[in-house]
Amino acid sequence: MNLTLKQHRRLQSVGLGLLAWVIALVLFFPIFWMVLTSFKTEIDAFATPPQFIFTPTLENYLHIQERSDYFHFAWNSVLISFSATLLCMLIAVPAAYSMAFYETKRTKQTLLWMLSTKMLPPVGVLMPIYLLAKGFGLLDSKLVLIVIYTLINLPIVVWMVYTYFKDIPRDILEAARLDGATLLQEMVRVLLPISKGGLASTLLLSLILCWNEAFWSLNLTSSNAAPLTALIASYSSPEGLFWAKLSAVSTLACAPILIFGWISQKQLVRGLSFGAVK
Amino acid sequence: MSTSTAKAQLEVQPDPGKHRLNNPGWFLVTPSVALLLLWMVVPLAMTLYFSLMRYNLLDGGEKTFTGLGNFTFFFTDEGFIPGMTNTLLLVGSVLLISVVLGVLIAALLEASEFFGRGIVRVLLISPFFIMPTVGALIFKNLIFHPVSGILAALWRVFGAQPVDWLANYPLLSIIIIVSWQWLPFAILLLMTAMQSLDQEQKEAARLDGAGPVAIFWHLTLPHLARPIAVVVMIETIFLLSVFAEIFTTTNGGPGFASTNLAYLIYNQALVQFDVGMASAGGLIAVVIANIAAIILVRMIGKNLTDQP
Repeated sequence: MNLTLKQHRRLQSVGLGLLAWVIALVLFFPIFWMVLTSFKTEIDAFATPPQFIFTPTLENYLHIQERSDYFHFAWNSVLISFSATLLCMLIAVPAAYSMAFYETKRTKQTLLWMLSTKMLPPVGVLMPIYLLAKGFGLLDSKLVLIVIYTLINLPIVVWMVYTYFKDIPRDILEAARLDGATLLQEMVRVLLPISKGGLASTLLLSLILCWNEAFWSLNLTSSNAAPLTALIASYSSPEGLFWAKLSAVSTLACAPILIFGWISQKQLVRGLSFGAVK
Repeated sequence: MSTSTAKAQLEVQPDPGKHRLNNPGWFLVTPSVALLLLWMVVPLAMTLYFSLMRYNLLDGGEKTFTGLGNFTFFFTDEGFIPGMTNTLLLVGSVLLISVVLGVLIAALLEASEFFGRGIVRVLLISPFFIMPTVGALIFKNLIFHPVSGILAALWRVFGAQPVDWLANYPLLSIIIIVSWQWLPFAILLLMTAMQSLDQEQKEAARLDGAGPVAIFWHLTLPHLARPIAVVVMIETIFLLSVFAEIFTTTNGGPGFASTNLAYLIYNQALVQFDVGMASAGGLIAVVIANIAAIILVRMIGKNLTDQP
């Protein structure tokens, strides 16, 4: 009871810190366990009780290609995510530019309307999209996923770029314009360098959303165009115990996105909250 | 301020090239608006059309007009009531968990400086970046498994009989998986919002003798009203359409115990190939999402565009 106020504060701080660590470890545990399991043999993976200490093996990683044709699916994921993201940026940046710098009475309405298209539940249009894709012979094609991902991410990307552009002082653009810059020069020479950081995090957010999307990819692809989300879903069949292999594939599939996410977490908040939280 | 710059502009730059200044650049917005309009209108119109047709791909794909027959069938389908209830339970519970725990955990992280705070942050955020199919399968096989899952081991440590989570508590299991994915989002967002809270105000309150609880209740929480609204809105959009987590774990079962509306419609559409019925269900999902949207946009739409 002879603690000074300072000591008391310090003790409290240590206690709170400890609690935070416990919560973080609990929430992170499934990921840690997945990575750990990926280095086990199938027998160790299924052992009861679960093994924390075991002889690690690279088995699951070394044979990943021949067992599950991993690179086929990974390449699909890369191709689909990057194409959709670039296409989306190409359409969204000009729109965000004009809304941020030439704001009219209708701009806010337009933005809110764009947001409202995100409210359209995918199941509401599952049947038409499926039949359209089938009609055009695009079932199980990368093209159909690229188009859909572009469209479903468009509102978020427009909003995110818009909030970044909004923070740029108009004076800079006006100065460039007075110096005789054309619209294209103004965008490429002035706007892009200033907003590089914002555009990069928008790019990352869009990549993450495409990479992890699992409604359309499960429903519209089977093998040819299937991305990693679909490969992993194929491990859900009840027969056979392939936990270690599943863990290895999952670890590889999630690692790049996890790293992207760690790098850009602050900007992602801003993007996902439509600029409402900075 | 903007009017004064606009005026200055008019004086400085009287040449004809300036028409761009007043031009809203609508041609730059048009592609986005047109594409989104197309994306909304065409498939929705088709859904509406199919919903009035008797149309099953397995019956040779003949279309005959049936009026509201599909809706009657959908409403009286044995999966409809559980599907609706489960959807509401899932959205409601995950929202509650992520907002309440999100606020508490974010406050905990912001309460004091402690060893490794950066790492704790990174650990807490991570589940959000994991693919839904991966998260679901990891939980199904490595956490929930009744024989060699982690929870079974934990139960045995305490001498209890291990639980077969997915078979006995399917909806609760799905809620846990989905909460695990979305709680980090709430933490991240609320933590960022808390950092913008005026520290001087907090210090002043502390000097006036307010305890940490009082500060949290009267200063922090009101400050969080807007970010909480944002969390609710964004999560509602995604939670209404939870699909992959159910698809890879319980397949909606046992029975309809963990079927939500999205899964029910998927089942009509791509398992039974009943286009008409799936479309009727789809329209109902759209109506529900719209009701939620109207309520939510009313609540925070204004907040979102009127930046302070």
